[in-house]
Amino acid sequence: MLRIVVDHGKCAGLGMCEAEASDLFEVQNDGSLLVLNETPGEDRREAVIAAVESCPTEALSFVQE
Amino acid sequence: MTERLVIVGASLAGLRAAQAARRSGFTRPVTLVGAEPYLPYDRPPLSKAYLDDEVPKKPFFRTDEQLRAELDLDLRLNTLATSLDPSRRVVALSDGDELEYSAALVATGATARTLPGAEKLVGVHTLRTLDDAVAIRAALDAGARTVVVGAGFIGSEVASGARKRGLLTTVLEALPVPLVRSVGEEMGHACAELHRAYGTDLRCGVKVTGLESAHGRVTGVTLDDGSIVPADLVVVGIGVSPSTEWLGDSGVQLHERDRGIVCDEMLSSGLPGVYAAGDVMHFPNPLFDGELMRLEHWTNAAEQGALAVKNALNPAEAKPSAVVPYFWSDWYGHRIQFVGVPKADEIRVVSAELGEDKFLALYRRGDRIIGCISIDRPAQIMKYRRLIMQSQPWADALELAGVS
Ligand SMILES: Cc1cc2nc3c(=O)[nH]c(=O)nc-3n(C[C@H](O)[C@H](O)[C@H](O)COP(=O)(O)OP(=O)(O)OC[C@H]3O[C@@H](n4cnc5c(N)ncnc54)[C@H](O)[C@@H]3O)c2cc1C
Ligand code: SF4
Repeated sequence: MLRIVVDHGKCAGLGMCEAEASDLFEVQNDGSLLVLNETPGEDRREAVIAAVESCPTEALSFVQE
Repeated sequence: MTERLVIVGASLAGLRAAQAARRSGFTRPVTLVGAEPYLPYDRPPLSKAYLDDEVPKKPFFRTDEQLRAELDLDLRLNTLATSLDPSRRVVALSDGDELEYSAALVATGATARTLPGAEKLVGVHTLRTLDDAVAIRAALDAGARTVVVGAGFIGSEVASGARKRGLLTTVLEALPVPLVRSVGEEMGHACAELHRAYGTDLRCGVKVTGLESAHGRVTGVTLDDGSIVPADLVVVGIGVSPSTEWLGDSGVQLHERDRGIVCDEMLSSGLPGVYAAGDVMHFPNPLFDGELMRLEHWTNAAEQGALAVKNALNPAEAKPSAVVPYFWSDWYGHRIQFVGVPKADEIRVVSAELGEDKFLALYRRGDRIIGCISIDRPAQIMKYRRLIMQSQPWADALELAGVS
């Protein structure tokens, strides 16, 4: 199973991940990031990879469990 | 031909390119050439946290060990590329070495323009490099009266940093409204308001004619009305020029206005195997009717660095650079964010219509939304970015904003 990991210390709330996958990520009013679905299905793998790669601050990663 | 990827410019675009090459399975030599003596580092913090924090954090992306071991890079720092010969497929270096390439990436970014006579004076700086940031920070630490020439984003961030320390701060801007060209008039006014609210003396419509000095040290800035603004630190933020001098004889096409390298939408320069990415280049953006753009934005440099290399290594499956321009800037604790392009048929200041404090404006071209700017609305900006990316109709954007 895929699990999304956010390093909130690194996340700058820039929202590039949300632009890639709005069903998984949402930047909040205070600029923090909410992961809407931490364990998306296999069908969202591509989108997760795109989001991880798009993050300017390298705050995102995912683990395979 | 030796299979080797040569990346010129060891900054954001160059680093992302090297990472993308390895990630896509390229196992042959990758050489990263950088003029600066430093490992690749991040520039946005230089005008923000680096000036503010009690102990500034080192802005390096990766350690030397990580770059060499994880990415297996042949790193040539403190080394300039001096020319590119497309017939021999060779990049020549300042240390006399010549690098044969099968693919080459131009990621040499841009250098800051300055005022005539500025180089000779102590206390006058541009802000592009880590060395610049160290010098500016030292002057701020010493309590300098700060004058910023040019009310652009980087200069405004420096002003904000100086005010945070309670220093006397002046911003001099030639245009009647700051940033009109990059974001439009209403937004320019909103930005001007921020300066004033935090005690920065913003003077618009003034022309700087020279620098005053004593014993080789700057003492002030002269204006065209003859007045002098006293200064211990002058930060010049009047724009940048693409770093392409070294490509002069390569036969590559350089833009007539700024000599940035002109590429196609796949980021190819037209010379076999030579691609470009980031601040150094112009490309026709398929998302905006093929409009030729040169962006000076972090996310663009990161995305294009990766894309250009993938295209270079696998031209048969090349993808166009269809980016929605995006940048942010932090002033006085407020975050300004802009997505899209500013050249619009209409700009609607939605926040004013709704009677809300936090600024939000939408940009229309034809019947679609092409841009959005906001202050302190981090949750919203990416929702508009998505609309812009998908070329959605204007009406949808208005609906999202809650106006009609
Ligand atoms: C102070 C500052 C603050 C910023 N803040 C923001 C922000 O808040 N948001 C945002 O979106 N963007 C911001 N930016 C812009 C962003 O940092 C740039 O878009 C990005 O750095 C561009 O990356 P690049 O790799 O294309 O070029 P650069 O970062 O300019 O790097 C080019 C590198 O190539 C080297 N080089 C040049 N010529 C040669 C040669 N002949 N041989 C070898 N090496 C060479 C240079 O020394 C340099 O290290 C900021 C920029 C600065 C300077
Ligand atoms: S892209 Fe990265 S920095 Fe931006 S919100 Fe997502 S995790 Fe945070």
